[in-house]
Amino acid sequence: MEKRVIFSGWLLPLLLIAPQVVISLVFFFYPAAQAIWQSFFIPDPFGLSSRFVGFGNFEFLFSDPYYRAAFGTTAVFSILVTLCSMIPALFLAVIADRLIKGSGVYRTMLIWPYAVAPAVAGVLWLFMFNTRVGVVSWYLGNLGYDWNHVLNGGEAMGLVVVASAWGRISYNFLFFFAALQAVPKSVIEAAAIDGAHFWRRFWTIVLPLLSPTTFFLLVVNVVYSFFETFGVIHTITGGGPQQSTTVLVYKVFADGFVGQDLGSSSAQSVILLFVVGLLTIIQFKFVEKRVHY
Amino acid sequence: MKKSILGALTAATFLTPIAAMAETEVQFWHAFTGRLGELVKAQVADFNASQSDYVVVESHKGNYSETLNAGIAAFRAQEQPHILMVFEVGTATMMAAEGAIRPMHEVMTESGATFEPDSYIGAVKGYYTTTDGDMLSLPFNASTPVLWVNRDAMTAAGVDPDTDLSTWQNVGTVLDQLKAGGEECPLVTAWQSWIHLENFSAYHDVPFATKDNGFAGLDTELALNGPAQVAHLTAMGEWAKDGKFIYTGRRNEGGANFRAGDCALFTESSAGYAGIKSEAEFAFDVRPLPYWEGVGNSPQNTIIGGASLWVMSGHEKMEYKGAGEFLSYLSSSDVQAKWHQDTGYLPITAEAGEATKAAGFYDENPGTDIAVIQMTTNETTANSKGLRLGSFDQIRGIIDEELEGIWAGDKTAQEAMDSAKERGDALLRRFETANR
Repeated sequence: MEKRVIFSGWLLPLLLIAPQVVISLVFFFYPAAQAIWQSFFIPDPFGLSSRFVGFGNFEFLFSDPYYRAAFGTTAVFSILVTLCSMIPALFLAVIADRLIKGSGVYRTMLIWPYAVAPAVAGVLWLFMFNTRVGVVSWYLGNLGYDWNHVLNGGEAMGLVVVASAWGRISYNFLFFFAALQAVPKSVIEAAAIDGAHFWRRFWTIVLPLLSPTTFFLLVVNVVYSFFETFGVIHTITGGGPQQSTTVLVYKVFADGFVGQDLGSSSAQSVILLFVVGLLTIIQFKFVEKRVHY
Repeated sequence: MKKSILGALTAATFLTPIAAMAETEVQFWHAFTGRLGELVKAQVADFNASQSDYVVVESHKGNYSETLNAGIAAFRAQEQPHILMVFEVGTATMMAAEGAIRPMHEVMTESGATFEPDSYIGAVKGYYTTTDGDMLSLPFNASTPVLWVNRDAMTAAGVDPDTDLSTWQNVGTVLDQLKAGGEECPLVTAWQSWIHLENFSAYHDVPFATKDNGFAGLDTELALNGPAQVAHLTAMGEWAKDGKFIYTGRRNEGGANFRAGDCALFTESSAGYAGIKSEAEFAFDVRPLPYWEGVGNSPQNTIIGGASLWVMSGHEKMEYKGAGEFLSYLSSSDVQAKWHQDTGYLPITAEAGEATKAAGFYDENPGTDIAVIQMTTNETTANSKGLRLGSFDQIRGIIDEELEGIWAGDKTAQEAMDSAKERGDALLRRFETANR
């Protein structure tokens, strides 16, 4: 039986949802509509004139092999960021969950990096891996490895992935940790009495029970890696070397705010919106089937 | 907005406590912080103190790109400043925005302020001048690339520090010797596209783009895949492969390496002088930028980088008068000579250069005149006047990517430049569409 709360009349419920609706309209729907509208024009930067080009901006983008290549880069980047931010977070959460003493301190310290803004995180990592004065690159050099993310695309990708995922581990940790605390102790104790060792319990009981959280984090992290990572990329690599770290959202930023090409930038945002929308639908349609609530 | 008005009021009351008449306010947005920011503040304060009709209010708006963005956003919101600093790369964007700007020569004529177009150095003002010879903006900070030499590193590698480095042929030989002498970073550069393509083309009098590098029309196409450029980049690529040229990044990251004494030779802006002088704990030298002997009409002249001041439209007549007076003040010989000596930027008038020379500055700071000589020895040609390309910031990004392909050994210089041309031309066509 579903539980229902019935309001008498329309005014109160409308009033209650109004703030959220207004915020969504002003900050999400209005800009999105603007982006779609602008994507059909090539305006000059100052807004003095605007030329209607129909789907010209989209044709221009898709005829550019470098733009198409950015899809591949984005896929690699997003998968890596999602994995690198979720797996360590789960691992840390499991360990922190088993702690009896001092878990509060660990928790606080693990959540800390989340407070660091992406661009600042980018600068921090860049400094550690700086080819000339970086601590990490110096140690790597001592070990005989010549770190040079300025010319090596793979290393550059690794660096932006780590810098993007680092702060995110905290966020994911928080959710995993809360979910682990909610796993009923009785189930685990029952399994332990049956002779299931730790990993067996983890795989067959804990992980399935975590699946709603895992699914939620998967969606949120994919969206994060698609939309919110340009600060890190801007400060660390600027999309280079060559185009090895030019992901879709970085191109939106670079073309719009550096290149002043608002038409192309809008078209790219629209494409990105569709890609992420599609991904989210796919996730809900296919992945969610494996989630046990 | 409120803050700047408040600032203006404070400044006005502070500077001219007696004046009761309403003064005309002129907003000036710039991109300078640190030492340069202080020098700009001082210039503005001196101007404000020198007369009582106008008050210039300066505000820092971030780096070059951010300042241009702030100006554009403000124009869209109809809150634009009177004077906006725009880096050389944004020149075509500003020029094409006819409704947003007021050509400098017009403003100056109307304001009645002192303005002699001929007093400006041709190679400096040329970048910001129409093909008819009208100045559109005032060159503010202009520099040009030169070769910096770490004399101690040369000696340590067993190379005579006084070796002639005027041609790339000679530099090539020296790089071999440096490498053989155990130098780990023989050559490093800043601003690779600006120095090794844009300036390279002007210096060898070969086109960087068609239509007089874009001065003669929006239907310009890149020509940077010509034989001269490709030969140079091929040589650089070879040096990169052999560890004789070390790539450090797209901007001026290499400056840190050079100033720390890690590298022997460094191609960088003449405005690097202040930083190198204050940080370098080794004997250094400034030399003219090398050229390939026998290629093009080398050495022609190098072109400038830096920013100019644009006057924006939509203000009152009196305010333009104030803007004109301020620009005229900035162009005056004393202000320019001081700026040139303090910063290492080029003087924008020949008179300021001569004043500097007469004051004995070049004798005390050897090499600081090399940039001036390099710019002014020859009359500029269609290939060496400057560049006027739309979306140029993005095109530079493309060039950076393609150059990285060469340095990493993934592409030949020809492949990389052909690709840069194709990709850059697509952006030029878009710019043409947007501004036709």
